Amino acid sequence: MNLASRDIRHSFGRFVLTTIGLGLLLMLVMGMGGIYQGMIQEATLLVDRIDADLWVVQKDTRGPFAEVSRVPANLENRVRAVPGVLSSGGFVSTIIQREWNGRPLRFTLQGLAWPEDRGQWLPIVAGRILGRAHYEMIADESLKLPIGEKVRLGKNTYTVIGHTRAMTSTAGDPMAFFTLHDAQAIQFDRSGEAIRLERSARYNRAERIDLGRTVPQMIERGLGPSSGIPALGPPDVSAVLVTLRPGADLIQVRSVIAQWPDVSVYSSDDQRQLLVAGMVDKARRQIGLFRILLIIISGIIMALILYTLTLDKLHDIAMLKLMGARNGVILGLILQQALLLGGLGYLVAYCIGLWVFPLFPRAVIIIPEDLWLLGGVVAGISILASLLGIVKALNVEPSEVLS
Amino acid sequence: MNDALSNGKTALEAYGLTKIYGAGHTEVVALRDATLTVARGEIVALLGPSGAGKSTLLTIIGLILTPNEGRIIIGGTTVFDIHRLLVNVRRFRRKHLGFVFQKAHLIPFLTAAENVRLAMEINDFPSRTAKLRAMELLEYLGVGERADNLPSKLSGGEQQRVAVARALANRPNLILADEPTAALDSVRGRQVMELFRQVAHEQNAGVIVVTHDHRALDVFDRTFEMEDGVLRAADHMKQEGIAH
Repeated sequence: MNLASRDIRHSFGRFVLTTIGLGLLLMLVMGMGGIYQGMIQEATLLVDRIDADLWVVQKDTRGPFAEVSRVPANLENRVRAVPGVLSSGGFVSTIIQREWNGRPLRFTLQGLAWPEDRGQWLPIVAGRILGRAHYEMIADESLKLPIGEKVRLGKNTYTVIGHTRAMTSTAGDPMAFFTLHDAQAIQFDRSGEAIRLERSARYNRAERIDLGRTVPQMIERGLGPSSGIPALGPPDVSAVLVTLRPGADLIQVRSVIAQWPDVSVYSSDDQRQLLVAGMVDKARRQIGLFRILLIIISGIIMALILYTLTLDKLHDIAMLKLMGARNGVILGLILQQALLLGGLGYLVAYCIGLWVFPLFPRAVIIIPEDLWLLGGVVAGISILASLLGIVKALNVEPSEVLS
Repeated sequence: MNDALSNGKTALEAYGLTKIYGAGHTEVVALRDATLTVARGEIVALLGPSGAGKSTLLTIIGLILTPNEGRIIIGGTTVFDIHRLLVNVRRFRRKHLGFVFQKAHLIPFLTAAENVRLAMEINDFPSRTAKLRAMELLEYLGVGERADNLPSKLSGGEQQRVAVARALANRPNLILADEPTAALDSVRGRQVMELFRQVAHEQNAGVIVVTHDHRALDVFDRTFEMEDGVLRAADHMKQEGIAH
């Protein structure tokens, strides 16, 4: 006869409420782990998805995820000439926050190296990938921009033609994808007045130098668009992404590019490590400490619950001893209840978590390793928490029945 | 020692039991050199005012307390001698002793039948056998219909019957009852006492009942009185029981 289950059956309501309470507490512990895993996934999502072999960034910087990196857009041509390189493309990424239909629209703008990259690697859940060189955008569904919606950014209007799912930046903002040129246009957009002032200043500077006076066409050019001035390069990109030919030696290609004095080069793994170590490390430690605190609190609460449950049964335990019950029967009663409470609490935490975690604004990802670890911890704290009750129970004298 | 006892038919033989609490100025002698034998199938009563030492004697015989002096033999096995217990107390209790108290002390989260079964399962009875015997005992004691009820749904008399069934479950040599009718009305009280007599005779167990209830003394084979820790046969019952 299982005494633990009989006792639970007898005070079922109390047991259920206790289990739910403990389950909610464990859900917080589980959620903390999920938030951490979500942060890592969000931080490395883009690097993983893009899956470039090499990242070429501004010299002595750690790349666009760590700090500001600017390299000329035409660097991709130079990279493409390196033996072993299959393709290269500019990488532009910046955060945009605008007002749209009365609500803030914040996203990370991402440039795709059109026409090679049209977003075919993106997890498209509705619509299509980019089909034109300009004025199209793929938005993450969490931005809540319907397909066909027109969004004005800078001087141009872009049409939403596809939706991705769970594409968020390292900061947790949803992403929107444009062709690289559109992305640069949005990133470096300036007002008409600013452009006019810039041209005027350029004209005045050209007028003041001898060359300007002797070559009047130069002054005329100064009044024109920047793209018409050969001395001015196109807008910068944050990095150049490199894909190698099959069988190419990554170390060799990397060493060639690394010799160039104006750039630094990293592998995808390096970028991933930089992201995890740089952006997530403090958050990981913070969440880790918070998890430990929550586990300790859960343990204390469980111990109190089990101790109280044992106190309620002290008289019955004394009677069991008087009847000659072995210690194993009494230990079983307390320990089985503790493990059942912990196990069901864990199940409640998991089930409620499955329902609640997707409602969180940032990704909460529960991985099997975390579940196993937490399961072990719950079993451990169940046993430890029951010790207090067990010690009390084992010290009860059978004569207490008579008192 | 009479013939029946010397033939090995004793449920209990207790010799020179003494229990002293405290020491020096605070010393209290709760039991003085008490000697008592109970045959199988015999029911005896222990009478006496509160504080006389009745419950102390019962708990010593029940191996709940240990005496300072004396010797205890239960069912032919010497369990206490020369200041020490000679058996595994819990194992011995579950196999050879049954207890009934003023309150039934049933496990509240078990049904009547489960309370009886538990006593047997603790004693390694197979579950199926325990289930059958529990029902038999409850039927025998007139509470078979209430077998599936929790103690909270039973009357005081019914609870006490279930407690008796539990005490009988392992066919003990000796049943110790401490004021089992104190919480019952006179009719119910007498019924329970007669039940003990029936149990003693039919189950061949020795039964010792501590009671204040003088109305049901005719139920007992022998009666003893205790006062200031001294045990003696009750004269007014004109019995020839062994009491030293």
